[in-house]
Parts: sequence; structure tokens; C-alpha cells
Amino acid sequence: MFIKINNASKTYKNNNRDTKSLDNINLTIEKGEFICLLGPSGCGKSTLLNIIAGFDSPTNGEVIIDDKSVKEPSPNYVTIFQNYGLLPWRSVKKNVELGLEVKKISKEEKSKIADEYIELVGLTKFSKHHPSQLSGGMQQRVAIARALAVDPEIIFMDEPFGALDAMTRMNMQDEISNIWEQKKKTIIFVTHDIEEAVFLADRIVIMTPGPGKVKSIINVPMKRKRDRTNEEFLKIRDRVFLEFKMKEEIEIEYSI
Amino acid sequence: MNKIGKLVNIIIGLSIILILWQVVVLTGRYEASLLPSPLMVLNALKEVISNGSLFTNIQVSLLRFFVGYSSAVILAVVFGLILGWFEKVWAIIDPIVQVLRPISPIAWFPFIVLWLGIGDIPAIAIIFIASFFPVLLSTVSAVKKVDKTYLKVAKNFGMKQYSVLTKIIFPASFPSIVTGLHIALGSAWVFLVAGEMVGVQSGLGFMIIDARNSLRSDLLLAAIINIGVIGLLLDKLVNIFEKWVGKTWGIAQEPERS
Ligand SMILES: Nc1ncnc2c1ncn2[C@@H]1O[C@H](COP(=O)(O)OP(=O)(O)OP(=O)(O)O)[C@@H](O)[C@H]1O
Ligand SMILES: [Mg+2]
Repeated sequence: MFIKINNASKTYKNNNRDTKSLDNINLTIEKGEFICLLGPSGCGKSTLLNIIAGFDSPTNGEVIIDDKSVKEPSPNYVTIFQNYGLLPWRSVKKNVELGLEVKKISKEEKSKIADEYIELVGLTKFSKHHPSQLSGGMQQRVAIARALAVDPEIIFMDEPFGALDAMTRMNMQDEISNIWEQKKKTIIFVTHDIEEAVFLADRIVIMTPGPGKVKSIINVPMKRKRDRTNEEFLKIRDRVFLEFKMKEEIEIEYSI
Repeated sequence: MNKIGKLVNIIIGLSIILILWQVVVLTGRYEASLLPSPLMVLNALKEVISNGSLFTNIQVSLLRFFVGYSSAVILAVVFGLILGWFEKVWAIIDPIVQVLRPISPIAWFPFIVLWLGIGDIPAIAIIFIASFFPVLLSTVSAVKKVDKTYLKVAKNFGMKQYSVLTKIIFPASFPSIVTGLHIALGSAWVFLVAGEMVGVQSGLGFMIIDARNSLRSDLLLAAIINIGVIGLLLDKLVNIFEKWVGKTWGIAQEPERS
């Protein structure tokens, strides 16, 4: 097991009021898996992601990655934030080089690696541009290139495509799916879009709020590149709907 | 069109002032020693230009201003970055700054003279005090406002504290710091004249005192006009710098009002 979450709970204390946002989470994730955390707003997806990534610590329980307990963030597991976290005063290329500056490598090497990943996300023509000159989708690509450039084992993404329009969003889903296949990273991806989860995940972790729990885990044994309109896709999507009780159970039984 | 329009507005504004001024002078209700005519002031201006005293005084003033202002800016930005970063230290310093800040730099003048003597230093010290607090406060608040996501990104990549300060915090807060520099420049220029009114024999402030002592109201007004125009030019200069920073930092410019 690569990532192991053991009985993790999180309670926030704010002016004498306790909010329990995660209740006894258990989850194991294998190397190279694409995991989606899916659930309605407030079910603790971001909290769980932050704890696995080491930005926050659980009140009880622990997270183990590669046999080591997670205490703080590490360049070995990089988080891509919803608002991208790009530095507006740096060009695309300088942004992608940010994580490399910590490593002791030569200027030429840095430049080469940055170019390589900028090409991977298709932004070579824009490498001298500043983030404010790019569209939301392009900015997200820069963030992806920046994360990949340090060659991490795990990539965490918290609703990375939440701010994009439907078309761009689907393009980005294709792209991240391709990158995942090419680079063999472990990806943990937070979303509240059911189709997005079915399109991307090997396994969908379904979470419910009040307090945040793992309700069930759904396997998505579909080949890539997935077709959003084929029967198998829709069947799995319906199962997820069912988990959230957004579809009548009887209907499903008849159709099966 | 826009630029020409602006120029026309400036010319109209100046003409109105000049005409009103001339009209008041022509009524003859004020003696020339109380209210010199525009022509007299122009002649006074010619006099100080031709005998070279104006440019010497401007040079001296600008030098003092530059030394006082830039040393204040450097110190205030460095302190501001550190104090904004270490919130607990700022919590202790903040009340002290809040007490010191509203004190006019002029109030320190007697002490400054006692401690530092007379000459260039007191004038520089006044400008230093006038610039220091606005820059310090704007730097501290700029650091506090830095987007937390940047800090998370830096932490994620394993950046050391010093790199975080120089590569993230400083550039991220720079545009707000520059706004502070702009404000400080204005208030420091106001105090330049006051700083030069005592204990020095040169500078624009001294020109004021000197004109008063020799009862030359035409020279007095000429000096005042110079102070205003140079202040305006300095302001324009920072304005250009501020715009450049905004552009380089990828901050969307507000469209200019037409
Ligand atoms: N710093 C905090 N202090 C107090 N309560 C918090 C804090 N962060 C999160 N919570 C609470 O924990 C619960 C889970 O929050 P979380 O942000 O993890 O949800 P989420 O599933 O990511 O939701 P969304 O889809 O809206 O992003 C919420 O009830 C929230 O109010
Ligand atoms: Mg969230």
C-alpha cells in the first residue's frame, strides 16, 4: 500500500464551537492510481486532501505515505490549487521553474526541464507570457506543468477545473487523463462533478457530509480514453447518482 | 486628442489663475510688497535663475530629499517585511508605531538639532521621519495581505524561509509597497521645506526664509511656485514607476477615464 489513511478524524475548534469535518476515515491508495474524492459541498473533501498533503494534521489517526507518517508538505507530493497559485509577476516559464529553484541544478538544466513540461501542456508559444495574459484553462495548464516539473510521486488536485466553462473543462479532463497515462503519477482529485469523477477515476471515493465520512468506493473498470456517452459510462454514472440518492432505486432495478 | 485636451485644460486653468491674480493686483488694494504682480514674480524668477541661486538651491534640496527619502524607504521596507512576517513581534511594535506616527516630524526638530547639530542632517532627518512611517505601515499591511496560496505553494516545494521572503513575500507585496512609497513621497516633500527653514543656508526652504527676511515677496512666491512644480514632477515620476510595476506584475490596469 502506498498511501494509507488510518482512522483519520478532524475537528475544527472555533471560538468554543467544535466542527467535526471528518469522522474516522479509512482509505488505502495504490501507487499509480487515479482517485477521485466526490461529494457535496462541506463533506470534507478539501480537509481530507489537505491532511493527506500535509498542510493540515488530523485530530485523530494518521496518514502514511511510503511507510512514513505525513507531518508536513513535501515536494514529493505536490498540490494544485483551485485558484492555480501562479505567481503573477513571473512569466509562465519562471513559474514552472519555481519548484526547481529549490533543487541544486544548473540554470540550463532548469530551463530544459521547464521547456519540456511547458511543451507537454501545449504552451510553448506562451512561455514568456504572464499568467494574467492567459485564459483560465491555460493558467491551470501552467500549474500542472509546474507541479509535474519537480517530478513528484503524487499530485493532489482540489477542484482544479471548478472555475472553467464546460467545454474547457472537458478538454482539461482529456488532458489530465493523458498526462496521467504518460507519467504514471498517483493522482488524488477532488471534485463535486459526478461525470468528471466517472471520466477520470480508477476508483471514486464517495463522501457524505455531517460529519464527513467515506460512504462507499466505486470502481470504474473502464479503458481509456473514455467515451462520455457510452453505455458503460452511463451505467457507472447512474450508480454514483444512486449512492447520493439522486435517483430512485426502483428505476435502476427495472433497468437492470 | 486626449493629450491635447489635457494640455488645453492645464492652459485654461493656469490662465484663469493668472488673470484673477492680475485683476486683484490692478485693483490696487494691496501694496506690491504684500502681493507682487505676476510680472514681478516672473522677473524674480529670472533673477534667481540668472544668478544661479535657484538651481543650486534645487540641487541641494533634491540631494537632501533623496538621501532622507531613500534611506527611510530601504529601512522601512526591510523592517516592514520582517515585522509583517513575524506577527508576534509586530503585535508588540504596532502600538509604539501608532503613538509615534501621528507626531509631526517638526515636533522632533528641537531634539534633532540637539542631537545631530545643524546643517544638512536635521533636514534629512525630518524627511526620513516623514517617509519612514507610511512606508513601514504599508509594507507591513502588504505582507499580511499576501495570498496564502502562494505561501502554501512555497511550502509545498520546500522553499527555505529566506527564499520565501525574497522570492514570494517581497515580490507579492511589492505593488502595495510602491503605493506606500508614492504616499510617503508626497508627505516627505511637504516636510522638506520645514526641515530647511532652520539651521541651513541653502535649499528651497532657505529661499523662503531668506525672501521673508529681505522682505522680497516676489522672491517668496517664485520659491513657492518652484516647490509646487518640483513636487508635482516627483509625483509624476513615481506615478510612472507605479504604472510600470503594475504592468510588470501582471496587475490589470484600470482603464483611464476619458
Ligand atoms: N479552518 C476551518 N475552521 C473551521 N471549520 C472548517 C475549517 N475548514 C473547514 N471547515 C469545516 O469543515 C467542513 C468541511 O469543509 P471542506 O472545506 O473540507 O469541505 P469540502 O468538501 O471541500 O467543500 P467544498 O466542495 O465546498 O469545497 C465544513 O463544514 C467546513 O465548514
Ligand atoms: Mg473544498
